[in-house]
Amino acid sequence: MLICDEKENVLSLLRIEKISKSYSQHQALDDVSIEIPERTILGLLGPNGAGKTTLIRIINQIIVADQGAIYFNDVPLDADHIREIGYLPEERGLYKKMKVGEQLIYLSRLRGLSLKEASNKGKAWCEKLDISDWWRKKIEDLSKGMAQKIQFIATIMHEPKLIILDEPFSGFDPVNANLIKDEILELRDRGATIIFSTHRMESVEQLCDHIVMIHRSRKILDGSKQEVREQYRDGSFFVEYKSGNITDNSHFRVLKTEETGRGLKKSLIQYNPDANPNDLLKQLINQAEIHSFVERVPDMNEIFINLVKEGPPALAKA
Amino acid sequence: MNKILLIIQREFMSRVRKKSFLLATILVPLIFPAIIIGMIYVKIQSEKNEGQKVVQVLNKSDLITFKDSERYKYVTVDGSLDSAKNSFTKSDDFALLYIPSIAPENPGGISFYTKTSPGINLIGFFEKNIASQLRDIKLTMAGLTDEQLEKLKTDVSIASYNLSDTGDEKKSDSAVTFGLGYATGFLIYIFLIAYGSQVMQGVIEEKSGKIVEVIVSTVKSFHMMIGKVVGVASVGIAQFTIWIILIGIVFTIAGTVLGLDLSQAQQAELSSVSGGPSDDILSSFFSINWTQIALIFLFYFLGGYLLYGALFAAVGSAVDTPADAQQFMMPIMLPIIVSLMGLFLFVFEEPHSTPSFWLSIIPFTSPIVMMGRIGFGVPAWEIALSMILLAGGCIFTLWLAGRIFRIGILMHGAKVNYKTLVKWFLMRD
Repeated sequence: MLICDEKENVLSLLRIEKISKSYSQHQALDDVSIEIPERTILGLLGPNGAGKTTLIRIINQIIVADQGAIYFNDVPLDADHIREIGYLPEERGLYKKMKVGEQLIYLSRLRGLSLKEASNKGKAWCEKLDISDWWRKKIEDLSKGMAQKIQFIATIMHEPKLIILDEPFSGFDPVNANLIKDEILELRDRGATIIFSTHRMESVEQLCDHIVMIHRSRKILDGSKQEVREQYRDGSFFVEYKSGNITDNSHFRVLKTEETGRGLKKSLIQYNPDANPNDLLKQLINQAEIHSFVERVPDMNEIFINLVKEGPPALAKA
Repeated sequence: MNKILLIIQREFMSRVRKKSFLLATILVPLIFPAIIIGMIYVKIQSEKNEGQKVVQVLNKSDLITFKDSERYKYVTVDGSLDSAKNSFTKSDDFALLYIPSIAPENPGGISFYTKTSPGINLIGFFEKNIASQLRDIKLTMAGLTDEQLEKLKTDVSIASYNLSDTGDEKKSDSAVTFGLGYATGFLIYIFLIAYGSQVMQGVIEEKSGKIVEVIVSTVKSFHMMIGKVVGVASVGIAQFTIWIILIGIVFTIAGTVLGLDLSQAQQAELSSVSGGPSDDILSSFFSINWTQIALIFLFYFLGGYLLYGALFAAVGSAVDTPADAQQFMMPIMLPIIVSLMGLFLFVFEEPHSTPSFWLSIIPFTSPIVMMGRIGFGVPAWEIALSMILLAGGCIFTLWLAGRIFRIGILMHGAKVNYKTLVKWFLMRD
């Protein structure tokens, strides 16, 4: 079931090859390989402690992998690529006593911008997000949400090719979260590649093109959002019906049935995922008056929870 | 390298612009000279005004006599001790000295009355005076002539010289070398503690402010640590430089305004410490190779700071709050305190003793102790050995601290003890 897509025609910005990392007794990453195509938003999913932060830190060259290699645009990742990467860690903060402008300039100069570039780009971004009048304010005088905005600007203002966002929406109100969401999509459209790590499945649904899931230090899922969903179709259908009863037979099983009012009943039916749903419908029509018939496509949340609870086929194999 | 400079610059600017820095930088040079000048002024004035103190003497013995001196004028009183005490309390006189009829062998019962408690020195002065007179009387009774007695009295003032290997003779004065060693050693001590803990607090602040991860994704953690340590040091050096300049200015201005001839005042000050003639002090003051001392001071100042600054940074990286840092402070503070105690216990007592030697060689104590010894003339090979070891010690603690720092700054909420530190230290990259 593990999807290892080899799309040779798509350029990958980042190629992670067989990365392993262990801390004294704990294996944090075990033989993880990921290709991140250019101009995509990759959702990096996994329960707490799965190894996401370790992987992100290795990509940021904060720590070094025990084994494996990472290629940035087909070149082994090194210190020169710091200029090309923007990183918004989950544990984040700013210098409280520093002014917004100074802070943006300092952080982007550490990434490799000149003083002038840093100042121009910082001001341009503040204008874009309509916060120019904060330039001279100290961080300690801003609200948490405002500081988060500054942090976001600091992450992307040097126009990195690769942007790594770890839980970018935590701390934002819905309005600002939407604003940032739009910015992320715009950055992708303008050519950036984004690694997006989160536990919020609804934002994965909305934003991600590609999904990788890490569980117990191994990669257990990798593919485009459509592919993943396709893969997790299990041939179950919701049927709403009246007058009559749908019961198990040799072709399908009724998983559950509930009353939905107005004399309607709704059943979840397990069918063979590879068979033609028309055949199922034909059988159902003989048993009851069908009002609706919908395939149940699992959402990311379900896929996530299922994978974490039951473990992926790949794990069972190992 | 560029990025280290950026970090140093930020550390420097963010600290220099604080109000507390401005306040300390301006106030210290004003307060200290004010205190010193004030004290010198009061001393000079009081010496001028004091004049002679009157001591009433009720003398029942004909063995002892008192001659008026610059400080004391003696007035003889008669009558009983009680009436003398009575009239003394009513008078403005300084003291009443009662000498009963005594035998030279058994001078008991002498008493001294003042309206306030006299200092030990004062009583000692009269004791010595009387003892000396009694000694003369005993010697005369043993058959010595007055002439022989006079010959027995000699005034001794020892001039001490330093002989270098080349045979150059340098006049040394223990007051100057003591003062030099004390001032420089103490300066390093203050700097280590004040700025070392600033490094630690800075790291804790960055860690608790969760800024670290962004920074270490752009620079190596070791470079971040170096930038931090050097940045704080540059603030300290800037502050000291401003202090020295300001103190110089303040002294000059104050000197002119108060009409004090400061060079004279300082001489008086110095001679009162050593008890020797002020010319000698000045000559040994100028015989010291100040450039050499300044260079050596700079070396130990920076070396000691880097050595301890790295350790302070490592502690800061390991903990989440300053309170958690307490448990790790002891082993860092201990050698610093031992250095200062060693300065007083060994170096100023015997600058070339074995403990003085070792304390000035071992890198953890050498910055403070060697500065204490340096004025007493330390052989070149000892300085060289001590410097090489200090340089090695710096590299060692920077390396050690760097290994703890790289892991520690990324750890939040971890329970840290010495075992954890060892684990971090041993962890691969």
